[in-house]
Amino acid sequence: MGSKRGGFSVRGVREWLEAPAASVAERGGRLNVLRGAVARVTTPLLPDDYLHLANPLWSARELRGRIVEVRKETADSATLVIKPGWGFDFKYQPGQYIGIGILVDGRWHWRSYSLTCPPNWTEPGHGGKRLISIAVKAMPEGFLSSHLVSGVPVGTVVRLAAPQGGFVLPYPPPEKVLFLTAGSGITPVMSMLRAMDRRELVTDVLHLHSARTADDVMFGAELRALHDRNPSFRSHLHLTGEHGKFALADLDSKFPDWRERHTWACGPAAMLDEIDDHWRDVGRSDRLHVERFEIERSAVGEGGTVTFGKSGRTTEVDGATSLLEAGESVGVRMPFGCRMGICQTCVVTVNSGYVRDLRNGDEHREGDKVQTCISAAAGDCTLDV
Amino acid sequence: MAITDIKTFAHLTAADIETLGQELDSIRRSVELSRGARDARYIRRSIAAQRGLEVAGRAVLFGSRNRWAWLTGTVLLSVAKIIENMELGHNVSHGQWDWMNDPEIHSSSWEWDMTGPSSQWRRAHNYSHHTYTNVLGKDEDLGFGIMRMTRDEQWKPIHLMQPLANLLLATTFEWGIALHDLSIEKELADTPPRELMSQPNRDFARKISRQVAKDFLIYPALTGPAFKQTLKANALANLVRNLWAYAVIFCGHFPDGAEKFTIEQLENETSAEWYLRQMLGSANFKAGPAMAFMSGNLCYQIEHHLFPDLPSNRYPEIAARVRELCDKYDLPYTTGSLGKQYLLAFRTIHKLALPDRFLKATADNAPETSSERKFAGITLPSIGTGWDLTLPGAESTHWLRIDPETGKRRGLRSALHEAKVVLKEKARQEKELLREAKAALREKAKHEQEMLREATLALQERARHEQAALRRKAVRDKPFRFGRRRR
Ligand code: FES
Repeated sequence: MGSKRGGFSVRGVREWLEAPAASVAERGGRLNVLRGAVARVTTPLLPDDYLHLANPLWSARELRGRIVEVRKETADSATLVIKPGWGFDFKYQPGQYIGIGILVDGRWHWRSYSLTCPPNWTEPGHGGKRLISIAVKAMPEGFLSSHLVSGVPVGTVVRLAAPQGGFVLPYPPPEKVLFLTAGSGITPVMSMLRAMDRRELVTDVLHLHSARTADDVMFGAELRALHDRNPSFRSHLHLTGEHGKFALADLDSKFPDWRERHTWACGPAAMLDEIDDHWRDVGRSDRLHVERFEIERSAVGEGGTVTFGKSGRTTEVDGATSLLEAGESVGVRMPFGCRMGICQTCVVTVNSGYVRDLRNGDEHREGDKVQTCISAAAGDCTLDV
Repeated sequence: MAITDIKTFAHLTAADIETLGQELDSIRRSVELSRGARDARYIRRSIAAQRGLEVAGRAVLFGSRNRWAWLTGTVLLSVAKIIENMELGHNVSHGQWDWMNDPEIHSSSWEWDMTGPSSQWRRAHNYSHHTYTNVLGKDEDLGFGIMRMTRDEQWKPIHLMQPLANLLLATTFEWGIALHDLSIEKELADTPPRELMSQPNRDFARKISRQVAKDFLIYPALTGPAFKQTLKANALANLVRNLWAYAVIFCGHFPDGAEKFTIEQLENETSAEWYLRQMLGSANFKAGPAMAFMSGNLCYQIEHHLFPDLPSNRYPEIAARVRELCDKYDLPYTTGSLGKQYLLAFRTIHKLALPDRFLKATADNAPETSSERKFAGITLPSIGTGWDLTLPGAESTHWLRIDPETGKRRGLRSALHEAKVVLKEKARQEKELLREAKAALREKAKHEQEMLREATLALQERARHEQAALRRKAVRDKPFRFGRRRR
C-alpha cells in the first residue's frame, strides 16, 4: 500500500529494519530487510557472523568465494576457478580485476588479479552455478603467486573484493581493435576476448602477444580455437627468446592500419611506457587504453610519494617519516592516539604501494591495514584516508 | 606523592633501563615473528565457541519456564558474555589479531556486546589508559573518576560513599565503563558536554538502545510466555559478566604493589621507561588455563600492559620471560591469588574512603602507592651484613648495585625488602627506646612518689611539732588567765 499513517511509512519501517545491515546493503539485495531484522537480535553482530560458521560462503558481510578448480596453463601459471558466495556482482565488465584474499599461515594476503572470464559465466560440471576465473603467473619473488600456482588446494575459501578498474572493453566493441599484451598481461584481454566470443560480437580484432618461448604462452590453444571460430580475430605471437623485444617501429609494416584501431595494452611497465610515448608521438593517445600491473616485489624502496586517497593530497617523504606525520604535514585529518604504536587508533588501509613498519621493518602492501604512527612509505603508496 | 622519577625508584641506571627495554623489544619481536596458523586457529575457535555457547544459551532460554532450563540457559549465556567481553571484545579491540589482516577480526571494526560503543571504549582505554597508565590526572581509569584509589588524591567528603560507589560500579560495570568512555570521548573530540545531539552522544544512544532492546525486550518477547524468566536470565547474565569483568580489572590495577606515577615522570619518558612504568604499574593474579581464558588472559595484566597488542594466547609464555627479566633486574613482579589480590584492592577502597587524618602511612610509603622518597634517608647501622645499608633515595649515594657476596644485581626488589627490614629494625629500636623511656619515667615517678611521701611525712612531723608547741604554749598561758578570773 505504501500509505503514510501517523508518521510511519512502509519505507521508513523498511529503512529502520535494514539499518543494522546498512554496511553490507549494496550487496545484500532483498535479503537485507530480513538481515536487518534478525540483526536486532544478534546485535552487535550480524546474522552472517553466525551463518558463516556453518558455511563460510554464507556471509554477505564480506565477499567470499571457494576455489573449485585449479587448472595449469603453463609451467608457471594457472587458472583458478572460483565460485563466489553471497552478494557477488556478476555484472562486471570484461577487463576488470578483482581483489583476492588468501589465507597463508594464519594471515590474509591480498592481491589483485584480472578476471579472465566473461561476465555471468557458467561452466559445465559446476552445477550451472555462476563462476569467475583468474589466471595467476608465478613471479620469481612473489610468494603468494607461487603459492596460488602450485600450492592452493581446491575447496579453499578466499575473500574477494568487488570487481573494479577502468581497463574495460565497451559494448558494442569498436569496429577495429588492437590488443598488445606481454606475459601475464594477456589475462584482462582474455576476459574481453571471451566476452566478445560469447556474445558473438568479435569485430576486426588484432592481437599481438609477446612471450619468452612458445611454452610460456598462456591460453595458446584457446586463442587458436578462437581464430578458427572467428576468422576476424587474428593472433600474432612474438617470441622474445628468439627475436628479442618487439619493436614498435615494426607496427607500420606488420599492421599498417594500427593507427585506426582502438588499442588495449597490458604488460610490464617499461613496455607500457614505450607504447604510451609512441601513441602520443603519432597523436593517437585518445585511442589507447593501458593497464599497469603492480609487479610483486620483495625489495621495495625507502620513502616515496604518499597519496591520501580521500582528500586527494600528496606529499613526498623519506623512509623515516611516519605516515601520520606525513599526512598531518599536508593538513590531512589523520586519526591518532598514542603516537607510539600501542593504541591502534591510527589504523588506515593501504590502497596501493608499499609501507614499512618502522619498529621491525615488516612490509605491508595493498589491502593491509597499517598503524600510520609507526609506519613509513616504502616506495610510492596511497592511503585510504 | 607518587613516583616522580622511575629511575631512582627502580634502582636502575638509565643504561640499565635502556637494555631492559631492548630485552622487552626482543620478546615482542620473537612473538611477532612466530605468530601464525596456530594462533589464528586459537582466536577462530574461541570465536566459534563463544558464538556456539551464546546460541545454545539463547535457545535453551526458550524453555526458561522450566527451572533447569532457566538455570542452564543463564549459565551458558553468562559464560558466553564473559568470553565475548574478555577474550574477544577486549583483545580484538586492542589490535591483538590485526596481524591476521582479517577484516572481520580487526580492531578497526569489532563491536562488542557491552552497552558502550567499542569505538569510544577504544579511545578511552587503548589510548588514554594504556598510554598514561597510572599517571595521576592523566589515566582516568585510576578510580574511574568516582573513587579515590591512592592517597595522592585529596580526600573529599563524597569519598565516604566509596564502599557504596564500589558496589554500584561492580554491579553495573558495563554502564560505568560506557559513561566513563563517553565523557573521555567527548573530551578528546572536543565536543561541548552539554550539546545533546553531538556525534558521541548519538553513537552512544544508538548503541545502548540496541543493547537494551536486545536483552530486555526482543529476546524476552521472542520467548513469548517465558518473557519474565528470559528477562531475568538476561539481566542475571549481564550482572555476572559485570561482576567478573570488574573483579578482573580491579585485580589487575589496584592490589598493593601496582604503583602510581606523576606527570613529571611522563616528561621526556623514553620508550624503555614506558615499559618499566607498565611493569611496575600493573598486577597479575594466578590462574590456571581455564580461568586465564575466562579472564581474557588478563590474569597476565603485566604482560598485557607491556604488549597490549600481542595475541593473548601468548601471554603465558611471555610471562615466563618477563619474570626472568624481573629476576635479572631484581624488580618486583606483583602477583597473588585472585582472592588475595582482590582483598588488597578492597582494603584500599575502604581505607581511602576515610580522611587522611585517619590514615597512618604517607603517600610516599603506603600499601597502594609509594615513591622514590620511600627510600630516602633510611639508614641503619651495619647489622652484620658487611655493607652499608644506606638506601638510595633522593639524596643518598651509596646503594651497592651488586651484592658483594652472591654477585647478584641488587635492585628494587632488594631495596623494597631491605626497606622493610630497615623499617622493622627502626620500629624495633624505637620500641626499645620507648620502653626505656617508659621505664625511666616510671623510675622517676617512683622516685618522686618516694620524695613526696617523705615530704608528706616531714610535713606531718612538722605539723605534729607545731601542734605540740601550741599545746605547750597554751598550757603555759593558762594560769595567768585563771588568775585573772579568780580575782
Ligand atoms: S596512534 Fe596509537 S597506535 Fe598509532
